[in-house]
Amino acid sequence: MIIAIASGKGGTGKTTIATNLALVSPAAQYLDCDVEEPNGHLFLKPEIDQKTDVTLPIPQIDAATCSLCGTCATACEFNALAVISEKVMVFADLCHGCGTCMFVCPENAITETSKVIGKLENGSAESVSGGRFAFTHGVSNIGNPLTPPIIKKAKQLIKNDHFVILDSPPGTSCPMVQTLIGTDYCVFVTEPTPFGLNDLELAVGVARQLEIRCGIIINRSDSGDKEIINYCQRENIPILLEIPFDRDLAFAYSKGEAAVTHSAALRTSFEDLHAKIVAEVKK
Amino acid sequence: MKELTIISGKGGTGKTTVTAAFATLAKNKVLADCDVDAADLHLILTPQELSSNNFVGGRAPQINYDKCSKCGECFRLCRYAAIDFTEESGPKINEFACDCCALCAWACPEKAISMIDTVNGRWFISATRIGKMVHARLGIGEDNSGKLVALVRQQSKLIAKADALDLIINDGPPGIGCPVTAAITGVDLVLIVTEPTLSGIHDMERVHGLCQHFDIPALICVNRYDLNLINTQRIRDYCNEHNLELVGEIPLDPVVNKAQVARQSVVEYDCGLVSQVVREMWEKVKQNCNSTL
Repeated sequence: MIIAIASGKGGTGKTTIATNLALVSPAAQYLDCDVEEPNGHLFLKPEIDQKTDVTLPIPQIDAATCSLCGTCATACEFNALAVISEKVMVFADLCHGCGTCMFVCPENAITETSKVIGKLENGSAESVSGGRFAFTHGVSNIGNPLTPPIIKKAKQLIKNDHFVILDSPPGTSCPMVQTLIGTDYCVFVTEPTPFGLNDLELAVGVARQLEIRCGIIINRSDSGDKEIINYCQRENIPILLEIPFDRDLAFAYSKGEAAVTHSAALRTSFEDLHAKIVAEVKK
Repeated sequence: MKELTIISGKGGTGKTTVTAAFATLAKNKVLADCDVDAADLHLILTPQELSSNNFVGGRAPQINYDKCSKCGECFRLCRYAAIDFTEESGPKINEFACDCCALCAWACPEKAISMIDTVNGRWFISATRIGKMVHARLGIGEDNSGKLVALVRQQSKLIAKADALDLIINDGPPGIGCPVTAAITGVDLVLIVTEPTLSGIHDMERVHGLCQHFDIPALICVNRYDLNLINTQRIRDYCNEHNLELVGEIPLDPVVNKAQVARQSVVEYDCGLVSQVVREMWEKVKQNCNSTL
């Protein structure tokens, strides 16, 4: 069972939900797909036992065989190649690693070399019951603009017989879509403010286009207004959990302390949440 | 003309709250919402659209089934597993997995695949109670957010020139990826809004790394500073070590949400100390803007 925890708006509590759910769920596997700003490790404190580079194949031009015809530059949809003063320039930061240039080159002057764009770290973390569960996060290199290949690579490690929790990046564009593709269910974490509702509507739109069913968690549920609840009723989306604002809890979060170890009541809430999600998926 | 971008790394630290407040305080400015996939600034500034345009971000493959011989070459070559194929039904493009690289179009022996311009979203120039604003909406699940950010910035520059404005304020997206890069390259100054949580600090350090990578001067502000004073001290230390000016420490106060529900910035709505701190912070940011070359 593969579950994505997403939000649209940043800072609503995706990582709080994803990490605490991982801590209480039997046979959990946690994958941090927010590779630009992965934070799950701050709360789960995993032991990392394997690190792998994530690379992108980028073209290299053999100047001896290149005829400077410019077909590669014309074919590249990402403007990653240009013929400038008797030389083909490769702009590696723009390259998507699609291989089109190599395919179209009439002189077969293009081969590929790999460029490191980030890494995956694998290991395990301790659950509240004392057992261990699988932990993976992707980390994009600073300055690398292209993150979906890192997310894709992380998702190759999904263990289908586990309760797989994908911690999604914010927003509704390619990195978030890449995370949601192939999941069985999506949990959107929101807050009851105009910003929260606006971004929730956009995120639900993505789930609907991908035909993924979803449920909502309202964080800091007692601040702001009631519009989220009205929206969920109107759209017939289940509210799985409401967490009121609690300054002690926010303080625990600020120190990297998990909510389920901070409060017994929250541990029960997250165990119930796990059961609710499983029931929703099986519906 | 100066250009300021407000970013954070971590989402939800208060970028848009700060941007809306600065926008209210600044004179002779144009606003640009560069968070194109979850834009929120319009919720505070309630813009009246002056113009609304399609954003053609790129091209996408389209199969002409009259020409397709179902040979499967496109399916075999695609590196994104974006083409589903059976010998009976032929190829079918999965638009969510497709990277729009055009390899299939180049490779098709029957020339049955062509690349068609795609509308990835819309962008707007609007009038607000505090001046003009350029904003956009990326289509749901669409690509090319970086290009749309670049377009929003380009349009705001044209407005600034035409209206003789001396400042552009960009509300940035979270993260450190493609749209953030597009929102900060070439600007005069970046303000990083962080919070005293381990996540906030971790993400501030990464996004500050991105500013250093592009050699862009940055300032720091801490939101909800009193949530964890030890972590706030760590942020102060980080600023000292990296020679960064800490321009403000905003207290945690639920009144900020009330302002948002009332669709007002924190300097329009009476947010007490929060309003005062943000005003003082703006004065410091303004000075920094004026002193950048």
